[in-house]
Amino acid sequence: MKKEGHDAPARKYRYNCPSQRHGPIFMTDRTHKAVALISGGLDSMLAAKVILDQGIHVEGINFFTGFCVEGHTHAIRKRDQAKPKRNNALWVAERLGIKLHIIDIIEEYKDVVINPRHGYGANLNPCLDCKIFMVGKARQWMMENGFDFIITGEVIGQRPKSQRKDTMPVVARESGADDRLLRPLCARNLPPTLPEREGWVDRERLHGFSGRTRKPQMELAKRLGLEDYAQPAGGCCFLTDENYSRKLADLWRARGEKRYELDDIMLLKVGRHIRPRPHFKLIVAREEGEGRFLQGYKNRYPHLQTVSHGGPLTLVDGRPSPQDMELAARIVARYSQGRNAETVEVKTVYGGEEGLLAVTPLKPHEIPPEWML
Amino acid sequence: MDAVSRIVVDARGLLCPLPVIRLQDAVKNLPPDTEVELIGTDPGVMQDIPAWCRINGHRILESRSDGNQYHIKLKTGR
Ligand code: SF4
Repeated sequence: MKKEGHDAPARKYRYNCPSQRHGPIFMTDRTHKAVALISGGLDSMLAAKVILDQGIHVEGINFFTGFCVEGHTHAIRKRDQAKPKRNNALWVAERLGIKLHIIDIIEEYKDVVINPRHGYGANLNPCLDCKIFMVGKARQWMMENGFDFIITGEVIGQRPKSQRKDTMPVVARESGADDRLLRPLCARNLPPTLPEREGWVDRERLHGFSGRTRKPQMELAKRLGLEDYAQPAGGCCFLTDENYSRKLADLWRARGEKRYELDDIMLLKVGRHIRPRPHFKLIVAREEGEGRFLQGYKNRYPHLQTVSHGGPLTLVDGRPSPQDMELAARIVARYSQGRNAETVEVKTVYGGEEGLLAVTPLKPHEIPPEWML
Repeated sequence: MDAVSRIVVDARGLLCPLPVIRLQDAVKNLPPDTEVELIGTDPGVMQDIPAWCRINGHRILESRSDGNQYHIKLKTGR
């Protein structure tokens, strides 16, 4: 039977660099294919570029977990923002001239966030389990599409929990990728992988970066002409964010179990979250962009809107009683332009029924700090 | 022929990058030169879909917005 993809045997050739700038390169008689995990940040872009420059066919893969910083923010951004937010993973792929496959892993990823076998990082970020899961998915994609190996932008010591010398083999082993997982930025600090041993890539032209410093990456970016890279603040996902994690922990506490839907985790990204009672919370838009974002959810949630004064759209998550709705209206009035008025009229929509409440806005000292999530 | 080879991807109510993912899945097994129209409500589609098309060799035929909806027509490549 004819073997295809990563099972096909390849013959090796020795190639001596005429300029003698580097030692011999071993080349094979077919182009090997690598799938690169592309986050949209600098490291994964550099890793892909280093391998591309060795004549390997590279395609990118990007996973959408629902927690990603990328993408969704389009919906929240202000319309008048001078520079529209781009999807950095798409931008990186375009910059490198490679295809990018964006994979929806929202459902499967829940188990990673809810039950991480290796625990959480500083916040609710299950980085090690996440890496293992994503590399495992990339491995599956590699096999289905006849690719030969996987590359990531990991650097030893770059992140205290998930990118350490002792966690590198854990990711390789538990993902099932084993020695088909190549980290071009720190490969020379690790045992040679299959693509290196087989001569598909030249180990000499890989890197030995380590530690938290970003300097070697910046220098390499400069050398490769990739200085206009993206610098996403706060890592690849919201789970590393302290405020976000606190709101997620609150959600789980309120529900009495670790469970979430996509809507829940999207809504944790926007608005002021206020929990005046254990069984309900309010999500108050802080500016126009958030208001537009929440508009998209208002048919699925009870909501309030001030009518006598300008004010933010507010969603209610939970099961508020009629008294609770009145308290909610007083809080909403507090964040409206009528905050100093005697009475503010608030429209309520709950269970398909509309109501109108005339309420006195709460005073700032009547909102205890512990309500604010 | 034209009626058969025109596909509509309804991505209304989805936030980026989900519209890209839905389009990608719809286009995956389509032959070249198939016309596809994506309808979305996230303004991000106006930037992300053309970028995705450039990367993957598809050609944008038209993109327009009518109020709160965005329509992008493309022709599949290779
Ligand atoms: S920051 Fe988020 S996406 Fe990145 S490895 Fe950690 S959990 Fe995964």
